[in-house]
Amino acid sequence: MTESVETSALTPAPGTPAPGTSGQTGTVVRSTVLKRLFKNPMGIIAIAILLTMAVMAIFADVLAPFDENFANISKTLAAPDAVNILGTDSSGRDVWSRLLFGAQLTLSSALLCAAVAIAIGLPAGLVAGYYAGKFEAVSNWVVSILMSLPGLIVLLTIRAAFGPSVWIAMIAFGVLISPSYFRLTRSAVQSVRNELYVDAARVSGLSDLSIITRHIFSVVRAPIIIQTAAIAGVAIAIQSGLEFLGLGDPAKATWGVMLSEGFKNVYLTPTLLFWPAFAMALTIGALVLLGNAIRDALEDGEKIKHRRQKAHQAEDAATASATKSARKTIAAVEAGTEHHLVKVTNLGVGYPQADGTIKKVVDDVSFHVDRGEILGIVGESGSGKSQTAFSILGLLPDTARIVGGAIQFDGNYTVAPGDEKVSQERLSKLRGKRISYIPQEPMSNLDPAFTIGYQLVTPMVRVLGISKAEATTRAMKLLSDVGIVSPDRTFRAYPHEVSGGMAQRVLIAGAISCEPDLIIADEPTTALDVTVQADVLDLIRDLQRRLGVGVILVTHNFGVVADLCDRVVVMQNGRLVEEGPVREILREPKERYTQTLLASMLEGKEPMSMLVSAAASATASPTAKENVL
Amino acid sequence: MTETAALRAAESAPARQKLLRVDNLVVEYAGKGFRARKFRALTDINISIGQGETLGLVGESGSGKTTLGRAVLGLAPVSGGKITFEGKDISQATRKERRVLSRDMQVVFQDPYTSLNPALEIGDILAEPLGVQGMEQAAAKKRVKELLDQVGLPSDAIHRLPREFSGGQRQRVAIARALALSPKLIVCDEPVSALDLSTQARVLDLFLQIQKDTGVSYLFVSHDLDVVRHISHRVAVMYRGEIVEQGPADVVTRDPEHPYTQRLLLASPVPDPDRQEKRRADRHRLLEEQRMQAEQAGVPA
Repeated sequence: MTESVETSALTPAPGTPAPGTSGQTGTVVRSTVLKRLFKNPMGIIAIAILLTMAVMAIFADVLAPFDENFANISKTLAAPDAVNILGTDSSGRDVWSRLLFGAQLTLSSALLCAAVAIAIGLPAGLVAGYYAGKFEAVSNWVVSILMSLPGLIVLLTIRAAFGPSVWIAMIAFGVLISPSYFRLTRSAVQSVRNELYVDAARVSGLSDLSIITRHIFSVVRAPIIIQTAAIAGVAIAIQSGLEFLGLGDPAKATWGVMLSEGFKNVYLTPTLLFWPAFAMALTIGALVLLGNAIRDALEDGEKIKHRRQKAHQAEDAATASATKSARKTIAAVEAGTEHHLVKVTNLGVGYPQADGTIKKVVDDVSFHVDRGEILGIVGESGSGKSQTAFSILGLLPDTARIVGGAIQFDGNYTVAPGDEKVSQERLSKLRGKRISYIPQEPMSNLDPAFTIGYQLVTPMVRVLGISKAEATTRAMKLLSDVGIVSPDRTFRAYPHEVSGGMAQRVLIAGAISCEPDLIIADEPTTALDVTVQADVLDLIRDLQRRLGVGVILVTHNFGVVADLCDRVVVMQNGRLVEEGPVREILREPKERYTQTLLASMLEGKEPMSMLVSAAASATASPTAKENVL
Repeated sequence: MTETAALRAAESAPARQKLLRVDNLVVEYAGKGFRARKFRALTDINISIGQGETLGLVGESGSGKTTLGRAVLGLAPVSGGKITFEGKDISQATRKERRVLSRDMQVVFQDPYTSLNPALEIGDILAEPLGVQGMEQAAAKKRVKELLDQVGLPSDAIHRLPREFSGGQRQRVAIARALALSPKLIVCDEPVSALDLSTQARVLDLFLQIQKDTGVSYLFVSHDLDVVRHISHRVAVMYRGEIVEQGPADVVTRDPEHPYTQRLLLASPVPDPDRQEKRRADRHRLLEEQRMQAEQAGVPA
């Protein structure tokens, strides 16, 4: 059940560019957890072993030639033969039969242990996580007590009180280990308790019980399965440990009892020790492997790189040597283009997929920015505008590939033609010094553990090589430059102590601290309130004029574009749709897509009028409209 | 159910005209820690919404506009005042009363990514409110098909998971869920803020079309004055937990009286460089004026 998820419309509308020609190509390939589990050799082996064990245990009565306690006194410690295929033990009991019955008892008691632990830990965790309050406080106390009990001693006491039954021991162990389920469930529930879909269910009038079973239980299912694999392994080990010490029920065949018996005769017949130990090691190992395999399957990352590299090894080697020679003497940029601050030529960015293809997110994009100019890159989500900005910054994820084109900064290539990756070597010299970055989310781009002053001073000391005292004076000046009223207080504050608008001012101060030539601002005002946005836009405009830097402003808001930009690039689905001076693009857009976007603006529209149908009749472009959603 | 019908019949005519009334509402949250001070999220809120009317609620983050929507839905604690829906006091409604109410009052949240359970198929998500009201499976299935059609989604969406849809399509699913029980009021909490421009236009069209077809009322919460102007009959402006201005959409969003609304209006940029330059200048002039006034009044800015 592999789904191909495309970001574009569900049903491709007429007029959609055929895949493979231009723009974004390829699909994101995702597979289900089960499929990934079965693709993993580790998972298959673990499942096969566990299934075999289970079959042996279930059909022990049929498969075993003898009863578990049938003793042939005349044939003790016998070597394997046609009747006793694994030999006999010191009382003349058949090892193979005892191994099968042992599997039955060992596995089912381990399952009982896990079941008891789940029965206690899961509901308690669900209730504590969902309602919090008093129940959570009390159950946390109980959990702390249970976890501080010395497990083995409790089990020994219980054996002394209730006799050597493996069932009772495993129930007790289940209770002792239930806190692990409780904690797992509680934290998983806490993470979804305030999700909007839970609120929506409440508004729909669902009872708490149905909300928990329908909406909350699904998030704990997978971790519970993984945990159970681990717990069952531990239960087998603990149980066998007790029996090995001679505390088991001698009337029952379990792997632990067999181990104990084998140990007594280890000098006479070492194989007696081997078989139960082997069965145990196999089972516990398989359980651990299964847990790991499920966890790997749940984690989305598929190992794409290795497979791809194998497939294209020869090709890669060729390009590698080519780029190596190119790196030695960085190719000179095209003559006559050196004066551009940034020039992007036919840039393509792609992500390798599991099936060996490459999903292109940016395709054939060319533009340039001059000194002292503000270029706006406008587009909707998924248009590739941020990916373009990140490739100039050299901050693309590791999996990304430059599939075509070049980027030059101030007359030198940062991505030369033919390069597969952005050269970090070349960019790390520029980033922070000559190219700086203003992010979208101010709060998540400041480290909550350090003061704002520290976060401003450290880069200056490192990049500009000035003393800490000098950097502090500079930071104070920068903070007042970006319009912060009391720089002193802000300097000493931690990020959580300032507002979002203030945090964005701090980040802008950081971006200009090392006197860059180019600032890349990725939706710098999207997370801010409108009134704060206006202030921040004013600030960026003032600074840009004062410092004469080039700015690349990535945004989806035409109002912001009109406020700041000199020139505009419009992007859609990874392609460059239109480029031109801001007045031309905003007033007389030539491309249908730009027209559609501008028609979606609410400013100046008749209230309560239909926007899309009106726009469609005005421009007569039903296909363009279909493509957008 | 007969109980509410009786109640409705018993209501006098003038009270019936207003679908929702909020009088002197106060919402306070308990502070963190022992004997901590209470945090007052809403102070003395008075609003009302008529049948088939849209009240736009605009304000900056932290102004309490979302909290007001949640208080109406019973998701935020009502510490004082009264919320009346169809003449019935619902400020302290129990879970059981809420279940009855859910037929008439629904919600569309801001984030279409977290407002749909990622583990459930679209069909199950849409059938959920129907099942709560005891609708039979066959009838529910038919209604789900109708809903998908109403919001412009293909009928094969029933067996798909939310992650297979784009943001705009997910918001359509969320709208369909809100419409499932043909409610009288939908609380829309920033329903278009997370959407792209052209998607936003499409979803706003959908909201308007639905209102035209079904006569539903909206409490439409947004931070965007343009959006609120476009969709609302009346607009209330919130600032620091209070309503500072309220009136017909055209007046409030074009010629506001309150200083905050004036600032808000001039802060939102227009998509033309020259007009925007003028608006920028107007804004700076306004800020200067307001600063002077504040100084004269003896209040520090």
